Amino acid sequence: MKVSYYPGCSLHGTAKEYDLSVRSVSRALGIELEEIEDWSCCGATSAHSTNFKLSVALPARDLIAAEKKKDQDVMVPCAACFNRFKTAEHHLRNDPALRAEVEEIVGGRYQGSVAVRNPIDIIANTIGLEVLQEKVVKKLAGLKPVSYYGCLLLRPPEVCRFDDTENPVLLDRILEALGAEVRPWSFKTDCCGGSLTISKTEIVVQMVNRLMAMAREAGANCLVTACPVCMANLDMRASADAGLPVFYFTELAALAMGQEGTEEWFRLHHKDPRPLLKGLQLL
Amino acid sequence: MNDFLEEVNAKINGVPIQRCYHCRKCTAGCPLAFAMEHNPNRVIRLIQMGRREEVLGSATIWLCVSCETCITRCPNEVDIARMMDVLRQMAIETGVAAKEKNILRFHEAFLANIRMGGRINEPAMMVHYKLKSGDLFSDMAMGIDMFRKGKLSLISPRTKDMRSVRRIFEKTRQS
Repeated sequence: MKVSYYPGCSLHGTAKEYDLSVRSVSRALGIELEEIEDWSCCGATSAHSTNFKLSVALPARDLIAAEKKKDQDVMVPCAACFNRFKTAEHHLRNDPALRAEVEEIVGGRYQGSVAVRNPIDIIANTIGLEVLQEKVVKKLAGLKPVSYYGCLLLRPPEVCRFDDTENPVLLDRILEALGAEVRPWSFKTDCCGGSLTISKTEIVVQMVNRLMAMAREAGANCLVTACPVCMANLDMRASADAGLPVFYFTELAALAMGQEGTEEWFRLHHKDPRPLLKGLQLL
Repeated sequence: MNDFLEEVNAKINGVPIQRCYHCRKCTAGCPLAFAMEHNPNRVIRLIQMGRREEVLGSATIWLCVSCETCITRCPNEVDIARMMDVLRQMAIETGVAAKEKNILRFHEAFLANIRMGGRINEPAMMVHYKLKSGDLFSDMAMGIDMFRKGKLSLISPRTKDMRSVRRIFEKTRQS
């Protein structure tokens, strides 16, 4: 399948291992990515916190650009961008007056003709877990992850519905297909502190340390996410003695599929996951 | 008539917050309630009582990270997350000083960065924020580590059609 690709700002910077692993896994699964032409930032938390119209108009610019490729789903790996795209889409579809105003602001027509999707959804629901499993050459035996969705992939449910809101399972199924021994826990969609990481660091440290303690209590030896904000907070804000390694789910998919270059991505993490993987003979 | 309540309802443009029957589910699930001086349920009550200054001058409206747990669980579908956005915007528009200044400064630095290049350049955005907040030295070691790993590039690609980006900012500018 061919999809439009919106990397967003993080995947070109602090989350570059997410970008590289999404591209690598997509190639292996036959998903062709076509980057949205001349995309701009979604505005993230800062836009919707301070200026509602701006928070709809910025993603609208990208959605309108994506609509040039008719019938091509848009893959948005960053949970924060994904949430802003879905929310903008929701407002544009349900508020004709706002849509007219935003179209004038952006200078283009919004048709609502393309679906905004996260790679978890595309891999689990369109490509299929059987196809993923067939590609696995190295089962992730001994790896005991907990799935961490964070807030922005699944809330609010009427906007982002591709998995259960309170107990989502697709990421668990993907990790199981890779041969990992997924641990159940109750914190899949608890918040990491998000954008407060720079301006109120001490609050985020408390929130992340609690998540790490709960992951340990669940018997996990790592956490798996699909969000650059969650990754940054979990990986960098946990206290040294509390932290567990954190992975993007696509990094683990690439590892299980025996793809080249995974060790280079792991080197980019703050908390080095290589000792864990080497101990399990996965590297 | 309570003007503040009506104004907030009009801006939320959804379920009126009188619908809240104070079950406090929003607050039980709020991951930031521990750090707030008024929890989400109390903010609703304060709005219902017309206490504008206490609400707009609170740290709560800035500490809310928009995780949307409250709106997901509210049995009456009161959009508390949207309400928090509305309250922040009302505070900005009416010139109420943000109780959590650095959170607002972060948002301003973030948006200024988009306005400049269409996309976030993390080092430039952080420098801007640090100069505005005066918080110059936190996270230095982490920044240097990320720079070494090639995660912070000073010359990340930008949006080419900057005219369209600037137009969006100009046309959505709040008076």
